[in-house]
Amino acid sequence: MYQTGNLVKDLAEKHGRKRESLMPILQDIVKKHNYLTDDVMVAVATELDISAAEVYGTASFYTFLDTEERGKNVIRVCKTITCSMKGKNDIIATIEDMLKIRVGETTPDKMFTLLETNCIGWCHKAPAILINDMPYTDLTPETVIDVIKGYMR
Amino acid sequence: MVTLKINEHEVKVAEGTTILSAAKTLGINIPTLCNHPDLCVAGNCRVCVVEQKGARTLVASCATPVSEGMEIQTNSLKVRNARKHIVELLLSEHRADCTKCYKNQNCELQTLANEYSFGEHIFLDLVEDHNYVIDRSSPAFIKDDSKCIRCQRCVRTCAQLQHVSAIAVSHKGSEMKISSFHDRPMSHVVCTNCGQCVNRCPTGALTEKTYIDQVWDAIYDNDKHVVVQTAPAVRVALGEDLGYDPGERVTGKLVTALRQLGFDSVLDTDFTADLTIIEEGTELLTRLKKVLVEGDKTLALPMFTSCSPGWIKFIEHKYPHMLPNLSTCKSPQQMFGALAKTFYAKKRNLDPANVVSVSIMPCTAKKYEADRPEMRSSGYKDIDYVLTTRELAVMIKQAGIDFRTLEEGHYDSVMGVSTGAGVIFGATGGVMEAALRTAYEIVTGRPVPFKNLNIMPVRGMEGVREATIKIEGTMEEWRFLEGVELKVAIAHGLVNANKIAKAVSQGKAQYHFIEIMACPGGCLGGGGQPIPTNADIRQKRMEAIYAEDMHMDLRKSHDNPEVTAIYQEFLEKPNGHKAHELLHTHYTERESY
Repeated sequence: MYQTGNLVKDLAEKHGRKRESLMPILQDIVKKHNYLTDDVMVAVATELDISAAEVYGTASFYTFLDTEERGKNVIRVCKTITCSMKGKNDIIATIEDMLKIRVGETTPDKMFTLLETNCIGWCHKAPAILINDMPYTDLTPETVIDVIKGYMR
Repeated sequence: MVTLKINEHEVKVAEGTTILSAAKTLGINIPTLCNHPDLCVAGNCRVCVVEQKGARTLVASCATPVSEGMEIQTNSLKVRNARKHIVELLLSEHRADCTKCYKNQNCELQTLANEYSFGEHIFLDLVEDHNYVIDRSSPAFIKDDSKCIRCQRCVRTCAQLQHVSAIAVSHKGSEMKISSFHDRPMSHVVCTNCGQCVNRCPTGALTEKTYIDQVWDAIYDNDKHVVVQTAPAVRVALGEDLGYDPGERVTGKLVTALRQLGFDSVLDTDFTADLTIIEEGTELLTRLKKVLVEGDKTLALPMFTSCSPGWIKFIEHKYPHMLPNLSTCKSPQQMFGALAKTFYAKKRNLDPANVVSVSIMPCTAKKYEADRPEMRSSGYKDIDYVLTTRELAVMIKQAGIDFRTLEEGHYDSVMGVSTGAGVIFGATGGVMEAALRTAYEIVTGRPVPFKNLNIMPVRGMEGVREATIKIEGTMEEWRFLEGVELKVAIAHGLVNANKIAKAVSQGKAQYHFIEIMACPGGCLGGGGQPIPTNADIRQKRMEAIYAEDMHMDLRKSHDNPEVTAIYQEFLEKPNGHKAHELLHTHYTERESY
């Protein structure tokens, strides 16, 4: 959970209060806080004078607009065919073992969330993962440990 | 005008007409599911596809406007095959437990399946592998996602007609569904329980929560005295579920049917509608005096009516700062309930613990209203069970009653006598008209200056209506109103209610008294009314309501002899202590989602 203060109001000033302002506002919130709390969705609904169910409906359509609590760093492992054939299961097993969480879970210290994602366009360098906005490719169980260690500091 | 050919027949229609409507003028029926005459076009179910000469793909006839020289086939092999597959695909994601379903025989998907898909299913059944949620949290309705075909009639209803959007489309692909805010239980979101979505759902995904078995149990229990009240809008719509055309009044047969079902006393919500007018009229006049003459700052104007439980929940969620503007009067249903287990029980020498109070309502929100914790003024649950018009029709069928051949019955007494003013509560503008008939006469000693008491300016189907009544020739006590132009407004459908509420909230509207009904057309278009309900049918029911009013001997609430008597015997005086205890209520601020 996080407190938003004036964030939603400021973003509404920046992007406007029309229906089409909804997406950029939600994207900016997620950019800052990684996911959307119920409170922030209600605040957006109030600001744009639309219903909270509509805000949730829009957010839930987009994988990258999370409506469940996420850690500071979101790890998304590509689950599509090429990455699967090139060993994404071993990558996931390694991360699960290292962080002591399963896919879909967040570490107790809220540092990491582990998710799967559809194709992220790095098939030629599979297996690939995203950590936040940064892709890491040609991974092996050994190299992925180093990558994640880089986010532990 | 545009000329086109449908199935080789030439037809001329206005520009902008859809293929679907053009076909209808030729008597050609194209099946639809997501389409509804009250709602905007969605074009998402694809059941209405037709073949257009020269077009690469089939087109959705509900969403395609006609064009000059168009040639359409509505029943070619290609169309039939496509429709069959579309219906089959919808069925593959629909839990088709038809014989156990409340909508059995009254389901648009079932009707289509009957026409297009019989024998072996050609697609895999996807229902079994899916974790569907059945939400029974509301006392008014059930939302069963396993039966939802995602046509979004409910979503459009909630947005377009009601400006609530308690439900919206969420997620995508095979996970796409109709969700409340973050999938919270429907009882814990902004939903008003109006049931307009229930009335429009083409399958069993949204249905009223039925209390038919509980009512049968009470009837069969010899220790219980079961009283039933019928709302005004029920008598002009029940016939539709029993083989009559829309607009038939079946009041007398309704009474006889209820008696044959085994209710111990058949009484009328119209009686407490008349009582509401006395209480609410007095409240309005008192407020006007206190605010305008005495400068009382604790009371708010304009005053909103409080008969519609959907509207009450709407304002509690959306405009909680305006709760002081609501009349404190309970709705006629709840006034009736409070009196049934006090005044009525005493009069009939009954132990109120053994009185079961049932109401027949055009409304699903009434089920919620009866469940509100405030509605226990009698010391018991004032209304035990609320049945919709549709549920009553089911009971009449279950009992094997041949409705058409029933004799015309008359309501029992006490609490069965009513006036035309009570009857018109069922139509938008009716409460306003009934209130004006009484308030004007209280203030001036003369009847309202309209022919046959019919206050035409407040009637009609326009979403928001305004009227001004000049008050002249006042009696001594009401001199402060001399020459005052009483400004009133009426709105029906919450989308229109919202317009007025917003204007009042922003200080842009100067009214004294505002009638709001949550449903289009007022109660006659309620969520518990027979399916289908649309503009034509609402119009016919409205004409029936006003015909019923004209047909009554008494037309003004204050002329109701039972109302006069109940004040003398029991309630003392309007807005008095006892009346406040039993007939008035308070409201609760609720969350904005």
